[in-house]
Parts: sequence; C-alpha cells; structure tokens
Amino acid sequence: MASGGETVLAPARAGRRALHVATGALLVVLLAALWLLPGWVPYFYVFVATRILLMGLFAASFNLIFGYGGMLSFGHAAFFGAGAYTSALVLLHFGWPLVAVIVAATIVAALLAWVIGAFCVRLDEVYFAMLTLAFGMMVYAVVHQWRSLTNGSDGIAGFPLGRFGLGLDLQLADPAVYYRVVLVVVALAAVVLHRITRSPFGLLLTAIRQNAERVSFCGVNVRRHRLIAFVIAGAFAGLAGALFAPFNRVANPDMVHWTQSAQPVLMTILGGTGYFLGPFFGAAIFVLLETWITTYTERWMLFLGVVLAVLVIFFRRGIFGTIVDGLARRR
Amino acid sequence: MTPPRRTAVAEGSRAAGDVAPLLSVRGLSKRFGGVRAVDGIDLDVQPHETVALIGPNGAGKTTFYNLLSGRMQPTTGTVVFDGRDVTGLAPHEISRLGISRSFQITNIFPELTARENVEVALTAVHGRALRLFSRAAADSALHEEADALLARLGLVALATTRAGTLSYGDKRLLEIAIVLATRPRLVLLDEPTAGMTPEETRGVVELVRQLAASTQYTFLITEHDMEVVFGLADRIVVLHRGRVLAQGSADEIRVSREVREAYLGEPDD
Amino acid sequence: MQGILAALLNSLEIGLLLFVIAVGLNIVFGVLNVINFAHGGLYMLGAYFTYALVSYAGLPFWPALVLAPLAVALLSILLERIVLQRVYGRDVSDSLLVTFALLLVIDDAVQIVWGSGIHVVAPPPSLRGTVEVFGITYPLYSFFVMGAALAAMLALWLFFARTRAGRIVRAAAIDRRMAEGIGINVPRVVTGVFALGAWMAGAAGVVAAPMRAIAPGMGDRIIIDAFIVVVIGGLGSFPGTLLGALVLGAIYGFGGRYLPQVNLVLPYLGMALVLLLRPRGLLARRAA
Repeated sequence: MASGGETVLAPARAGRRALHVATGALLVVLLAALWLLPGWVPYFYVFVATRILLMGLFAASFNLIFGYGGMLSFGHAAFFGAGAYTSALVLLHFGWPLVAVIVAATIVAALLAWVIGAFCVRLDEVYFAMLTLAFGMMVYAVVHQWRSLTNGSDGIAGFPLGRFGLGLDLQLADPAVYYRVVLVVVALAAVVLHRITRSPFGLLLTAIRQNAERVSFCGVNVRRHRLIAFVIAGAFAGLAGALFAPFNRVANPDMVHWTQSAQPVLMTILGGTGYFLGPFFGAAIFVLLETWITTYTERWMLFLGVVLAVLVIFFRRGIFGTIVDGLARRR
Repeated sequence: MTPPRRTAVAEGSRAAGDVAPLLSVRGLSKRFGGVRAVDGIDLDVQPHETVALIGPNGAGKTTFYNLLSGRMQPTTGTVVFDGRDVTGLAPHEISRLGISRSFQITNIFPELTARENVEVALTAVHGRALRLFSRAAADSALHEEADALLARLGLVALATTRAGTLSYGDKRLLEIAIVLATRPRLVLLDEPTAGMTPEETRGVVELVRQLAASTQYTFLITEHDMEVVFGLADRIVVLHRGRVLAQGSADEIRVSREVREAYLGEPDD
Repeated sequence: MQGILAALLNSLEIGLLLFVIAVGLNIVFGVLNVINFAHGGLYMLGAYFTYALVSYAGLPFWPALVLAPLAVALLSILLERIVLQRVYGRDVSDSLLVTFALLLVIDDAVQIVWGSGIHVVAPPPSLRGTVEVFGITYPLYSFFVMGAALAAMLALWLFFARTRAGRIVRAAAIDRRMAEGIGINVPRVVTGVFALGAWMAGAAGVVAAPMRAIAPGMGDRIIIDAFIVVVIGGLGSFPGTLLGALVLGAIYGFGGRYLPQVNLVLPYLGMALVLLLRPRGLLARRAA
C-alpha cells in the first residue's frame, strides 16, 4: 500500500483531513484578524493591506491559468486594467453604486478575455506567452492613444465614490470601510475561485497542464477548456482592477503595461504555484517587502530580481509552497 | 496505386460475414515531404475482433494509429467508423465517437493519483468537463466507478498513489485503464507490452483476452512480441513500408513467403 | 517624396540596429533553447559601459567600441555559468523567469552605479554632422550605424557559413546529443554562443549610445522590440531575423510619420498577426 505522494486535489486519509480542518480554522482566525485590522494599526497599513488583498486576487486569478492550467501569460494586466478603466469610467460618467460598477467591470474584463483568449489558446507554450504579451501591449497602446476615451497617459482621475448599493449605507471614502468592503469581496471571490479549482473543470485543467494531449484523447476539447479558464481568470483580474481604481484614485495606462503583467507572475512564483493560497501569500510578501525595502533604498527591483532568481532555481515551489510541502511531508 | 496483396481469405472475421465492419479504411496515405509513411492502406475491422498489426520498425504502424485517432491528418484516403466518416476529425471528436488509443510512450498524468487519472477520463465521458462548482473529491460514485476500472486492471490497491511514482508496468496498465474509461468501442493498443517483464506481459495478454471475450470491445494491437500476437489475434495484418503486405490467421501468416522476406533476418517465432 | 525617403532611411536605421540585437537573441534561443529576457539589459550595459569608458576613462569612442562589447560578453559568461546553467533542461517558463530576474537586477544595478538620470555620449568627431542625400539632410552617424550593422551581419553570416566554429555551433543547435556524440564540447559551445549573443547586444548598445538617450528602462523597451522581430521572422531563422527587423523598422519609420494616431499599436498588431497566421514566423525553418 503506497504512502505519501497524494495530491492536493484528493484529501484521502484522516491525517490529511485533520490538516485541512486545521487550515480551515486558521483561515477563519486570519480573516477575523484582518477584519479587525483597522482597529489596531495606523491607516498606512490599512492601505497596504488593501493593496495586498487586491494584488492577491489578481495573482490568484493568474495562477488559475498558470499554476493550474500551465499557461504562462504575459498580458494578464490587460484584464486588470480593463476592470480598472471600466470602474473609473462608469463612476465618472454614470455614478452607479459600487456593486453595479464592479459587476459591470468584471463582465467587461471577461469579454475582453474571451476575445483575446480565443486567439491565444490556439498556440502553445512560448508562442502563447508571446501572443498574450502582444495583445496585452496592444491594449496598452490603445489605452494610451485613445485619448478621447481614456485620457491617454494622464489617466482618469477624480471619479467620485458614491454609494455601495444593496441598501447598505457605507462610508466608502473612509479607508477602513473601503478596506473591509475589499476584504469581503476578495474573500468571497477567493471562495468561488477555490471551488472552481476543486471542481471537475479544475481537475481537467490540471490534467491539461500535465498532459494536454492525453486529455484531448479522452474526448475533451482542450482549446475550449483553456479558453474558459482564461475567461474566468480574466474576470477575476478585472474584479481586482475594478476595486483597485477607486483605491488608487486614478486609472492609468501603466496598469495595462507588461511590467504590470509581470507582477502577478512574480507574486505567484514568490508564494508558490502549487497551492491555492500561494499567490495571496506571495502578494503579501511582495507588497510588504517592497514597502519595507523602499524605505531604505530605491533599489527594490534589484532585491526582487535576486529573490526571484533564487526562488526559481532553488525553491521552485515558492516560499509558501516550500513551507507547506515541508509540513505535509512531516505527517 | 497498386492494390495491397493478400495471401489469404481474411477480408472479414471468422464469424459469418454479414455484419458491416466497425472500421473501414480505404486508401489511407500520409506523406511527409518525400517520405510515404503510410502508403495506401485498405483495412476492415469487424466488431469484437482482435486484430494484430505487425511489421518491422518504420512500417508505418504508429503513423497509421495517428491517422486513425486524429493525431495526424491523412494526405489521402478515408476512415469510416461505424458507418460514419471520421477522416481528419480532431482527436477529441474521434475519441467521443468511440475510438480510444494507448501510446507507445506511456501517456498519463504523473501528478494525479491513479484514481484521479481514470476520473479525468470518466469526467469527460460523463459530460461533466465543464462543471465548475461541484466538488470533484466528493463524488463518491465517480470514485467507485474509477476504482472498479482500476480493479479490472489489478491496480485498485494503488488508487491513491501518485501516478508518477508507479512502476513502468503499472503506468502502462494505468493508461489502459484510462483508455477503457472513455468507453470506447474500438481500442487501439500501441505496443502494450513494450518494456514489460514476462510476467507483466502475461498479465496484459490475459487482460486483453478477457476484455475481448466480454465482446464489449474491438481491439487493434500493434506488437513486436510474436507470442503476444499469436496468443491474442483473431487476425494478423502485416504492414511493410506503409502498406498492407499480408493479412490472415496466425497460421497463414507464419507460412507466408512475403512476410518472411520482409522480415529479412528477423526471427520468426 | 522627401518624407518617404526620410521614413525609409529611418526604417533602415532602426531595422538594421534591431537586427543586430535580435539576431543575438535568436542565436541564443536556437542553441540554448532559452529566451533571454536579460538580452535587453545587456544592450543597455553596452551603452552604459561606453558612457563610462568615454566619460571616466576619457577614452575616445573607437576603443570604447571594441572594449565595451567585450566587457558585456565577459559579464555574460559569468551570468551564464552562475545563473543560467541551473535552469537548463527545465520548462521554458523557468528560463524566462530567471532571465527576467536578471533584467530586473541589471535595471537597478545601472541606477546604483550611474544614477537614474539620462546620460549622453557624443558621436566621434569624424562622424558628426549631416550629409545631403537626395535632397534631405540626414545625420552622418546614422549611416555609420547602418554600415556597422551590415558589417556585423556579413561577419556573422560568414562565421556560420564558412568557419569551422560556425559549423560546430550550427551542429549543436540542430541536435545537441548528436553533437556531443561526435566529440563537440557542448557546454563550452553553449557558453560561447551566449557570450556571442551578449557581445552583439553590447555592440548594438555601443553603436546606439551616441544616438539614443542612455537611461534606465532602455533595456525594457528594446527587449520587447527584439521579441517582436524574432516572432515575425521566426525563432531560429537568420534571414527571418533580418526580415523581421526590417519589417519592424518599417513599422516604426513609416508608422511614426504617417499613422501617428495608431502607431503605438502597430508593432504588436504585426506580432499578433504573424503569431496567428504563421506562428513559426515568416521564414522559420521546418526543423524549428
């Protein structure tokens, strides 16, 4: 009877179950602590935490297609930016409640992902990465040059944050309140995303990463499967972007540049692609490190580059991934 | 194109031949630049037959499989399966229509457990590939079905083992389990016993014999191991240089002069 | 008419320089199967080293033209040995990520050493000024750039087609194990090829230095251009790189002048079109 070597998809034995219950309990505690955060830290850290949550969602959406689906995209910021710009434009011109805004922005991002994805999933590996880069930069170029819509390189600013909607009377201008809204939305989004990874769809997606050809010989239209994953990832990235624009007070083309696309890649590698929470932890590490290091020096990129190289070479499972692997092995 | 030579009667099966063939291949060719890997194959496979496809290396067996399963597009020719023209369809479409294949180089999902490997195929077969919100791990009916299939191959004890850590022989069996999970009518096995120990080979032979006897499946098997071939095949088709050189029963093939010439120096059994 | 001529010259200048940069990237991919994000950083280092040699060491331009690329090549050997060798044989994503990390490091390193401002290198006295060509005035230095690129192209072609070393590299690119089997020291060839690619990037940086603003971020911009060239021309194809470079040069030269409203999107549109219609590039070899 074999021991060890089970995957994260199939909790099979009692010991594994205990680990999961413990993890669940830990998460509840963590969420509670996060909820209470504004009570015991200065506002600066509330801003940091908001940023971590949104970047975490952005990175987790990327990890759906990268860690689970095996598709390295260099244009994921296009959907983040689409969400951000939709959010900014709708708030600026129509003043909808925030709930409606983020729904609209998510839909726009999903549609964009459908169009771009339809082209990109025809290609594999390196060519897929290059094509996503090309489309991402095309979106950047359009956003940059379509001044009448997007205000070009100046970006869109000064959009008012009105009501939240759903009958809830929330002071969105208060950073602590906005932070809690983000926390709830991101937590819900994470639950949905996690559910998707554990679904039959998710099982097939990881199978495609491991052996796409075999999956197609089981009767699955791999291209279509990848496209759907791409759209879901784009939608969640758009959701993150939609909440990011009001937080950032401005939507600008940099949000769509390929260097922005590199962020979820870095965060996911930092945290680890093999576990669902990896990207969230990667985002936390990334943002905290950046916040900390930039108080001492501007040379944050150098540090990040070194850390990234070390991780890819020696700790391919990421920081979170290596820790969890180590814990799981001890059982 | 010269018609393939036949040394025996066997155009049909041993049963009374008024049943339409399950698979009907006509004039199938595949050219790569100047090379004719498959050069005008005509072949019929009757339902519930076990046909062995043999031939020296480079005879075109794997290319033929690639053409049948949709992995490659034929240059010319047609493939008709169960009355339906499947020439040039995509692999996933052909799989859905009822043709499944194993590969010469074992093709499984190394990071998934053996059970999950089979469940991938079952999920697809049950049409649940796009179910986004149900929990795969909670589907006990699926687990049972997968385990039943694994049991048929003697792998159920390894159900929760990571497939990448399985022995070579077990991996090949697992791939057969995946193939069977897709509920095929025609099973293409590509050198199923390659690299196996004699004991494992006997196991595979016994397994295929049982599966064939259940008349659920029709088998097409490529093999180099002549014992396996003679032990399993109702009919043997010999390929040489992309063409059908001879077809017939084991005895007919054994005495065929063309076959022996083609296998120049290759030991007959 | 003059507008077209100016655009044409512009396109040639941009295109030929892009060729020198992109061909290094393509050669490295052909032999190492690595897509080197840091290639843009090496180009940038070529420019910065030139600035350093000219400003601090007081060297004239010509010795700098020889020394700077050598320095870049030497540095690249170090990088290949210490970093890159560890990800050979892994997923292509890993080499992309590692070389991207190197680019980040180089980006910041130049800022540590030379600050984040813009630096300038003047062209050598013999190449300053302008010439009259068919009624338009064009910088003399630009013609030097085109000439130097053509010379490099010719030298490279001769290297691969006529020299033994070139043949060895081509053998290693086609089939590594086979090359090892006939006694070629593949790891050394690999390092050598990487250094050659780095040398070309560095040389392009030196040549470009008097023409462009030497500033952080020039590596980021150029690497995307190099990717576009390689994609359009075909991964692993030498004539394809030239074609791709000229096409992109034309897009910049003519797009910038005649389609300023949409010129930013054109290079990426071109890249996407090629990837979709002929993913292996316009002139890719079958073996690729």
